[in-house]
Amino acid sequence: MSVEFDARQHVLVPKHEILSKEKAREVLERYKISPHQLPFIMSSDPVVKAIDAKPGDILQVSRNSPTAGRAIVYKYVIEE
Amino acid sequence: MMRIPKLIDRVDFGLMSPDEIRKVSVTKVITADTYDEDGYPIERGLMDSRLGVVDPGLRCRTCGSRAGDCPGHFGHVELARPVVHVGYIDSIYNCLRATCRKCGRILLQEPKLEEHRKWIVEMREAGQKWWEMTNKIVKSASTTEKCPYCGEKRVSLKLEKPTTFIEGKNRLTPSDIRERLERITGDDAVLLGINSKIARPEWMVLTALPVSPVTVRPSITLESGVRSEDDLTHKLVDIIRINQRLSENIEAGAPHLIVEDLWELLQYHVTTYFDNGISGIPPARHRSGRVLRTLAQRLRGKEGRFRGNLSGKRVDFSARTVVSPDPNISINEIGVPEHIARTLSVPIRATEHNIEELRNLIRRGPDIYPGANCMISPDSKRYDLRYADCEELAKTVEPGFIVERHMMDGDVVLFNRQPSLHRMSIMAHEVKVLPGRTFRLNLSVCPPYNADFDGDEMNVHAPQREEAQAEARILMKVQEQIISPRFGGPIIGGIQDHITGAYLLTRKDTLLTREQSQQLLATVGMFVDLPKSAVKEKGVEYWTGKQIFSMLFPKELNLSFKAKICENCARCLKEECEIDAYVVIRDGQLLHGVMDARSYKALDRCEVLDRIVKDYGTTAAREFLDRATKLSIAAAVMLGFTTSINDEDIPPEAKERINEVLDDAQEKVNKLINIYNAGELEPLPGRSLRETLEMRIMEVLAESRDRAGEIAEKYLGLDNHAVIMARTGARGSMLNLTQMAACVGQQSVRGERLSRGYRRRTLPHFKLGDLGAEARGFVSSSYKDGLKQLEFFFHAMGGREGLVDTAVRTAQSGYMQRRLINALQDLRVEYDGTVRDDRGAVVQFVYGEDGVDPAHSDNGKAVNVEKIIERVVGG
Repeated sequence: MSVEFDARQHVLVPKHEILSKEKAREVLERYKISPHQLPFIMSSDPVVKAIDAKPGDILQVSRNSPTAGRAIVYKYVIEE
Repeated sequence: MMRIPKLIDRVDFGLMSPDEIRKVSVTKVITADTYDEDGYPIERGLMDSRLGVVDPGLRCRTCGSRAGDCPGHFGHVELARPVVHVGYIDSIYNCLRATCRKCGRILLQEPKLEEHRKWIVEMREAGQKWWEMTNKIVKSASTTEKCPYCGEKRVSLKLEKPTTFIEGKNRLTPSDIRERLERITGDDAVLLGINSKIARPEWMVLTALPVSPVTVRPSITLESGVRSEDDLTHKLVDIIRINQRLSENIEAGAPHLIVEDLWELLQYHVTTYFDNGISGIPPARHRSGRVLRTLAQRLRGKEGRFRGNLSGKRVDFSARTVVSPDPNISINEIGVPEHIARTLSVPIRATEHNIEELRNLIRRGPDIYPGANCMISPDSKRYDLRYADCEELAKTVEPGFIVERHMMDGDVVLFNRQPSLHRMSIMAHEVKVLPGRTFRLNLSVCPPYNADFDGDEMNVHAPQREEAQAEARILMKVQEQIISPRFGGPIIGGIQDHITGAYLLTRKDTLLTREQSQQLLATVGMFVDLPKSAVKEKGVEYWTGKQIFSMLFPKELNLSFKAKICENCARCLKEECEIDAYVVIRDGQLLHGVMDARSYKALDRCEVLDRIVKDYGTTAAREFLDRATKLSIAAAVMLGFTTSINDEDIPPEAKERINEVLDDAQEKVNKLINIYNAGELEPLPGRSLRETLEMRIMEVLAESRDRAGEIAEKYLGLDNHAVIMARTGARGSMLNLTQMAACVGQQSVRGERLSRGYRRRTLPHFKLGDLGAEARGFVSSSYKDGLKQLEFFFHAMGGREGLVDTAVRTAQSGYMQRRLINALQDLRVEYDGTVRDDRGAVVQFVYGEDGVDPAHSDNGKAVNVEKIIERVVGG
């Protein structure tokens, strides 16, 4: 493939967004956790690269769910 | 937050060096004797009081603690000659094979070794299994003929199991082996899978033997006062005796042969001390001829430390016996034999209010049933009522005492049947003490336990503390488990005759006289006025079965659904249904339709019971189920119900029509084969000609079986008892019936017609390459008529596959379940709705992504809008 493939365009890849500093703090406060208690996502992940997230960022993933219709998950970007 | 004083960075598993063995040793053991005449441990003997104490009263000379507090301490024996450790024999063999017998280098070129080293470092950093390289290295090194470093030629080395090495023609002594292992450099050892910082190769040959603390091999004093030593002690005695003789002989300069013999004997004893189950040598035996249970035997196998003591334990306050049915007790109850009720006890704290009662129990003692086994005073003194004057003790009881009284009616116990595959495998029941020797359980709780009465045994556990009892009552009672968390519907409900009985009772033409109606209600324990009679004929009042059954429903119940017997007509006549398959319940009255599997069968759709649990609560549901099952059985008894082989009788004309259908199919199959042989068969897309033929034949035969079944069904109406059971969903299916009455059909293995056995044919009775129906396992007989010989054989072939499948499936699913349980056991739902592991890390932000507990849902959905509308609008 000559053109870089954008993982975000794939049907099976849900929407990933970087949370702003305040939003991220809100999330951590809501669940009363420290970042390393969130599910991890590696900085080498194609989606993380595509949205240009850095280790330490918190991502919001909105996926389709068979039970709830729409489910929101937070992920903590870690170094490889 | 809890402060952790020290963080463990890592754990190393290595070998103990002889120096380390000596360092941890509290004493050298030199005599094989244990106790002197006075019964005191002999110094420097195997029971030296520095090795720990097991006898009460003595103090450990190492740590100063008494028996129970002293953990025990290791000693050691200096072996006169080194001895190979059996557990490492394979590693020793690898080391010897892969290295030069003279210079001890690995028999590979240095660049090659360097390459391997690099790879190992890499794997290690990645946290992968670096030692797996060893096998490759050993394999290539052990084929090198000449040492690349010193030029020494290799001499063939053989391992003679279990512990002897033969080089060329000479035997290697453990000393020789040790010398060679010593020559292996640390850099080379890594390539053989040994990290020489924590385990030098030569440590696999023992020069000093650790002597286990006495606490792991306690001696038992029998009632006669005779001491009996542990198997390990016996083994150590042997080792020390031989060791002593060996060193004496060496010192005395005995002939080589004698020393060698003793040395070999020492090797044998040390080997069996570690593992007495090694093939190739006779197991060491006790004087009585019993095989000794040494170190490896303690750990290994089903009764070993791991499987027997760590993964599974024996518990107190439990009982086990055969189960049998009792339709008269509630689903919440369990019948407990008196003998068990007398043995299991419940601690009750004495108060002003119950003290007289407890005194009476103590007076009756441990042997007369409602009695007590034990009494505990507030200063924790136990009084065993078996050996005490109960009359006197009863007087001493004051508030604050604890009395362990017999198990009595209404106590709560946990009831369990293995395999415990889901949470309904352990449920709480209320005790009902009954005569007899078996546990009695209500038939409705068979499905969750998967129990039947062909000899099944079940376990009972009696929770002792009030908290445990309360938790069992609130969370684990059977009535709380009616809805399965697996699919959100009832797993406890009517079974078999409960369904038939309800159907017979609620059928359109069931009319009951006053006496009959009252008797039915009386068996259920309802002594109430009858409603207005539905029919009056010649001055006699009759009640419909529907009226009687309706008396069990809650007053406001509104429901309408299609019963199991529904034939799924193209246009549903609803209330006007000919077979009364459309159920309508209004204000707790069954207006139309019959009760069958759809209404309250366990594991089925269970509309009625499901509604009652979810709208009226578990207690109402339990009452309904207890009554409905009893009523149904009483109805079946009253109206009469039986089934026999005659139920599968069909008239001769039906048989003729079936034979016609089958002959027709036979002909069609032959035609297909002829077309195929002529090469005129049109292949289906993506199939070969042969596959196409097989598919077409299977189609034709399946259709013929179905048509034969349909013909039989026409002659078996709803007045046939076997058909009633099949159609209402009580037991059996229409397929079962047609197989009995009309035609068994095609037998298959792996979804294909039978084809294997002989070359190009299934049995020698057929021509080579015969593809006809009967040559490939089509059974045209019915079970009732009986199978022909060849058909019988084919049937056995198909049946065998079924058996193998179940066996394989249970093994596979069991393993999968174990792995899932291990992976998920620490997860839990927190109060904020998140699923977290034991570290508090979030696994799911909302449980199941929708936060719905399936056990409290409507078939997996949080709300069932249609049901709510129907309830509000009233249908």
